[in-house]
Parts: sequence; structure tokens; C-alpha cells
Amino acid sequence: MTAPLVITNARIVDPASDTDRRGALLVSYGKIEGLAEGAPQGVPDGATLIDAKGHIVAPGLIDMRVFTGEPGHEYRETLATAGEAAAAGGVTSFVLMPDTTPAVDDGAIVDFIIRRAAATSKVNVLPAAAITKGLRGEEITEFGLLREAGAVCLSEGRRSIQSAGLLRAVMNYAANFDLPVVHQPADQSLTGEGVMNEGVLATVSGLKGIPLEAETIPLARDLQLAMLTGARYHAAQISTAGSVELLTATKQRASGVSAGISINNLALNENDVAPYRTFFKLSPPLRSEDDRQAMIEGLKSGAIDVVHSAHDPQDSEVKRQPFAEASEGAIGLETLLAAALRLVHSGDVPLMTVLRAMTQRPAEILGLASGRLSVGAPADFILIDPEFPWVVAEKDIVSRSRNTAFEGARMQGAVMQSFVAGRSVFRHAEWPEGGK
Amino acid sequence: MSNATGQSRRPFPHRNLLGISQLNQYEIVDLIDRAEAMIPVSRQPRKILPTLSGKTQINLFFEPSTRTQSSFEIAGKRLGAQVTNMSVKTSSVTKGETLIDTAATLNAMQPDVIIVRHPASGAVELLSQKVGCAVINAGDGAHEHPTQALLDALTIRQHKGRLAGLTVAICGDIANSRVARSNLLLLGAMQVRTRVIAPKTLLPRGIEALATEVFTDMRQGLAGADVVMMLRLQHERAAGKLIPSVREYYRFYGLDAEKLSLAKPDAIVMHPGPMNRGVEIDPAIADGPRSVINQQVEMGVAVRMAVLDALLADPTQVAQ
Repeated sequence: MTAPLVITNARIVDPASDTDRRGALLVSYGKIEGLAEGAPQGVPDGATLIDAKGHIVAPGLIDMRVFTGEPGHEYRETLATAGEAAAAGGVTSFVLMPDTTPAVDDGAIVDFIIRRAAATSKVNVLPAAAITKGLRGEEITEFGLLREAGAVCLSEGRRSIQSAGLLRAVMNYAANFDLPVVHQPADQSLTGEGVMNEGVLATVSGLKGIPLEAETIPLARDLQLAMLTGARYHAAQISTAGSVELLTATKQRASGVSAGISINNLALNENDVAPYRTFFKLSPPLRSEDDRQAMIEGLKSGAIDVVHSAHDPQDSEVKRQPFAEASEGAIGLETLLAAALRLVHSGDVPLMTVLRAMTQRPAEILGLASGRLSVGAPADFILIDPEFPWVVAEKDIVSRSRNTAFEGARMQGAVMQSFVAGRSVFRHAEWPEGGK
Repeated sequence: MSNATGQSRRPFPHRNLLGISQLNQYEIVDLIDRAEAMIPVSRQPRKILPTLSGKTQINLFFEPSTRTQSSFEIAGKRLGAQVTNMSVKTSSVTKGETLIDTAATLNAMQPDVIIVRHPASGAVELLSQKVGCAVINAGDGAHEHPTQALLDALTIRQHKGRLAGLTVAICGDIANSRVARSNLLLLGAMQVRTRVIAPKTLLPRGIEALATEVFTDMRQGLAGADVVMMLRLQHERAAGKLIPSVREYYRFYGLDAEKLSLAKPDAIVMHPGPMNRGVEIDPAIADGPRSVINQQVEMGVAVRMAVLDALLADPTQVAQ
């Protein structure tokens, strides 16, 4: 396969082993061969040497929520372009949401995605299987066959299952196959025609609001069903302080419960929407600053396990519309890490906590061997310069779509190089050290 | 104040009129003054003040509106502009063209002003970013309807001689009303005490930020009011969901003589139209001596003339 690789002079940050120290990383045959404190004892013959110049070496990020347009809407994003964007953002594995055309509700489509990704994508693509056929919220899919085909979890994608009875059956049946149920709690009857957070800003803008309770009520239901069924339940993404409270209370009693959050909801708030900036029209909507602060606390306390990008490519045709008529979603693979580092630089969240939510925790929830820098683990890792200054500019975007919520944002910290199975899949233009 | 021809000599510091929220109180007073000076033009036999001679005005209405569209059309024509009306039925919007495509197409025809009504909040602002001419918001979703608020303010000032210190009660479907929002913004900027009155299902969250007081009891809300402004209820949409029935709504939120008697004895009654007689207002009140509803329509033309003139007329050129 590839020649052995040695990364020297690195700051090794591995949340899974609570490691943050100077050292070297040895890679061979696509796996992590060893970790050395300080300088390595010796270097294998023919090995490639990379001097990390003191930058961080961390596990590659595992992004638990990514949408593409393949199959069905390739003009938005393909597995190949999403893979390029992911590599540039330090994401070495992502969970692909089942909202494609056709939906990922059949083993054959899971198989197609795995083959297609292997042939075209630079990073690992982990398919999530639809919970219900056609994502229609009516009949459940073949969980067992989907798992055999390679699905890593069940998810209803952008949709939310409204029937408590159906969701109970889903959780019971998923428990048979030990598949995590990744579900976004959203009550349609309370969301109604809402397009942004309910409150003064929505009212002044003449936009219909989405109340906090559209999330907290179904989340409370989901958590109770998770305890009733013993299923592994992952609240796909939360946006409210009330949800943090519910998770904190439930986690004291149930072990199989986890929750994710989009980096958008951690880094932005409803004020960014005004006036009618459709690139900030997201689901769940950006909430108040109080909610954002509560969720930062939730991330620190462990009530929130996972931070993801919610990468959702949309073409400008459906974004450059009046706010209420525009599509939801923003791309995020390339800005996930930099936006997360904002929380670190602001002193809100320790680096280890932020990285854990993007490496160790998603790996544990999905049962992956990656997400850690331990001997024998896949050599999926990244080199981060946590201070590198840059500005997000549309012209530099790798993704096929341009709908970023961070256009013009000043960032501190960038991925210098990304490795998947020991192979370099991305090298920053200003990182000449990265080997051949 | 302006001179007799309605020409104000001050330049108006905005390219567009997208909402009351973009105006400060001096600019609001300026526009009301300009509108007041326009009133005589429409009352004279030869109703023309050709300050917009040679200009092209497009009325682009994505929602049907007889009243506002004809008001803008008459205002433009009285100022000598060439006016073209485009409504959704005759446009290509129904064929899948986006708002921005429409804007680019119209822009290429070199109009001087486009007057837009659209069912989505923010749509007029979006369109204004894509054209090179002035844009006037004739109502966008539940957001703003600035010329309505200006004509309401002019009507109030004509009757009360002032705005500051008055109490204005706005009653009805506040949640879905752009008229309410623009009025609350304008009246708030002019130190008017504003009240909104509605059942809680028709009050949007956070309305306290726009109104001085919020009432769900109409009798309490009307007590001592100088102005009672009724809003149209979209009863086809609301019935069964937001209100149980028209008759219950009328019983508790319809303006009748008994409820109006709680307002000040000289209180005036307003309605932006079109009215649902017997739903939100008793016909006897709508057509009674306290009603200034028809006068609002007249002030509408004056306000729209003033806004067109302020945005388009060359301030260095003195009208004849």
C-alpha cells in the first residue's frame, strides 16, 4: 500500500485517551502503528517524514450530518465534491443523510453509495438508512438488511416522525440490530409555516416563527420512548436551552441516549438572519443568544455529545428567494473545524471538548474504529494550525454549492493536511511541509 | 412646510421606500408634509403636476389589489408619469420564473420606479437589490406597507392636528398585518401611544416590542382612545383555527356603537380596506359620522404622489 509515514514534532491531541502532548505519530499500512513521546526512537526505512512544526495532530473529524445531491441532485453536490470539501475541512468520515432521490431506504441504494463513494470520494462515506420507506413517515424500512448492506445508523434526515406509536415501533425494532436511531425532534403542527425562531425578530420581520416547544415537546417524547424501548437514540440536532435541560435529566437515567448539534447553532444566533438573509435559514432555526449560551454549556457538561456541520448544499436558485420561500440549509464541511475553534479561542469550550464532540463521541455512537489516535486504529488524522488566520470567501469554496453561513467570516485556525488511511487527501496551499 | 405646488425643496435621502423602519421621525414628518401639500392637486379641476413627466412607473403586483394599485396608478399619472400595470396573472411568474428573473427583466426596460406588492415578507427588499431604479413597497407579506402608514398618519393629523401624545388603538389580525407593523413603527417614532387589541391567537410573540400596550379585551383597549384603527380579518383562513367563528369574533372584537362609546367622544374610526362589514366592523360605524375611511383613500393618493415625487423628482427643478 503506502510507504510508512512519520509525523514528528507534533502536538498530539487525542480526546479518546485524553492526550495532549508533544510527540510523533507512526503510520503504516493505513493504520496507526505507534505513538512516541517526544522524538521518535527510529524511523522505518523508506518512511515519509513530515515535520508538523508543533501543530496539532488530531483524529480526523467524523461529521454525523452531511447531505449531498447524489443520487438525484448532482448539480448540488456529488459524493466526490463532498469528499473534496470534507478533506479540505479535516473531515475524514461523514455520515450521509438518506435524503436523496431516491431515498436511501433499500439495501441496494446503500450498496450503491458505498461503491460509488469508494470509487469517487476521498474520505469515508458512512450511509445512514432511512427509517421509513421514501422518508414518508409511514412504513419502516428493512433495518436488518440495511445494516448488512453497510448502513451505520437509521435516520429520517430532514424529516421528523410525527407519530409516537410509529417511533416506538422503530426504536423497538432497531434495538434488535443495535442500530442507533438518529432523529430530529420537530413537531410539524407547532412548526407550521414557521421559518425562523419565534420572537421579536420574527414579528418585526413579518415572518412566521417556530416556537422552542416545536423541538422540546417531541424531544421529551423521543427520550421517554428511548427509555421505554432501551433503544440507542441520538437526537440529531437540538437548538434550545430546554432541550439541554431535558437531555441532562434523561442522561442521568439512560445510557443509550445522545445528542448532536450543528456548529451553526453553536456559532450563530437569530440576529444573523436579519434582514432576510436566506443563507441563515436553517433547520432547526438559529435561536436566541441565551439558547446558544445554554448549548455551549451543554457541550461542556456532556449533555450534548456531537458537533456536526449539517452540510446541506443548495443551489442559488432555491436560496435567492424571498425568505419564506427559500430552501433551508447551509454547507459546512469546510468551515466546521474553524467555526468550532471560535468557541475555543473565545475561551468558551476547551479544545479537547470540541474535538471530542467531532471525533471520539461520533465514533462511539456509530461503533467506528476511527476517531482516535490509538495503535491499530485507521490512520485517519489531521494536522491543524490552530492559529492560522483566514477569511471565508465564496471563490475559495470547494463544495459544489456556495450557500455558506460564514461568507466573509474571519477564522482563526485551519486544517493544514488531512489523511485517510494514512494517505494525504488534502494539503493546504500554505503548508509546504506535507510530504510529496 | 412646502409651497403651494407641492414641491419640497429638500432632497429625500433614500433611493427606495421599503419600509417605515428605514425612516427617522424627521423624514416621516417631511413625507407627511409633502403629502399634505399634494392634497390640493387632486382637488383642482386640472389634476396634474407634471414633475414626473417622461418617467416610467411599473406597478408590479404579485397579489391582487384594486385599491392600492389604482391609488399608485392615479398618483403616478397625476404627476405625469407613464404607468404600466403588471399583475401576476399576466406575467411570467406563474411559469416558474423567479422573483429575481422578473426583476432583471423589468430592470432591462429602464423604468424609473417599480412599485411592488408581494405575499412574502422581505421580497420587495430582495427585488430592490436587483434593479437600478427606485422601488416602493406596496406591501410585502406581513412585514410592511409604508404608504398605508403614512396615509393613516396624514389622516390622523388632518383630524387631530397632531400625532404626538395621541392614543391609537389598532384592533384585529395583528399577527398577519403589515398595516399594523408599519403603523406601529410610524406612530411609535412619532411619540404616539399605541395599543394593539386582538385575541391571543392573532397576536404575534414579541409584539410588546412594537406596541406601547397589548390588550386582549377590546373594551379595555378602546378606553380613552383618540383613534380606532380596525384591521381586515382574513376570516376564511382564521375560522376554526385562530377564531372559532365570525359571530364570536364580531361579538368580542367587532367594532360596534357600544364598544366605540368607550373611546373618546371625538375618536375617529379608520380601516385600511377592504372592509368585512359585519365581521370586524358594524356597517353603521363604517358608514357613520366618526368614520374617516373614505378620507383615508383620498390621502392615499396624496401620500403616493408625495413619495413618488420625493424619490423621483429632480429637487433642483422648480415646478410651474
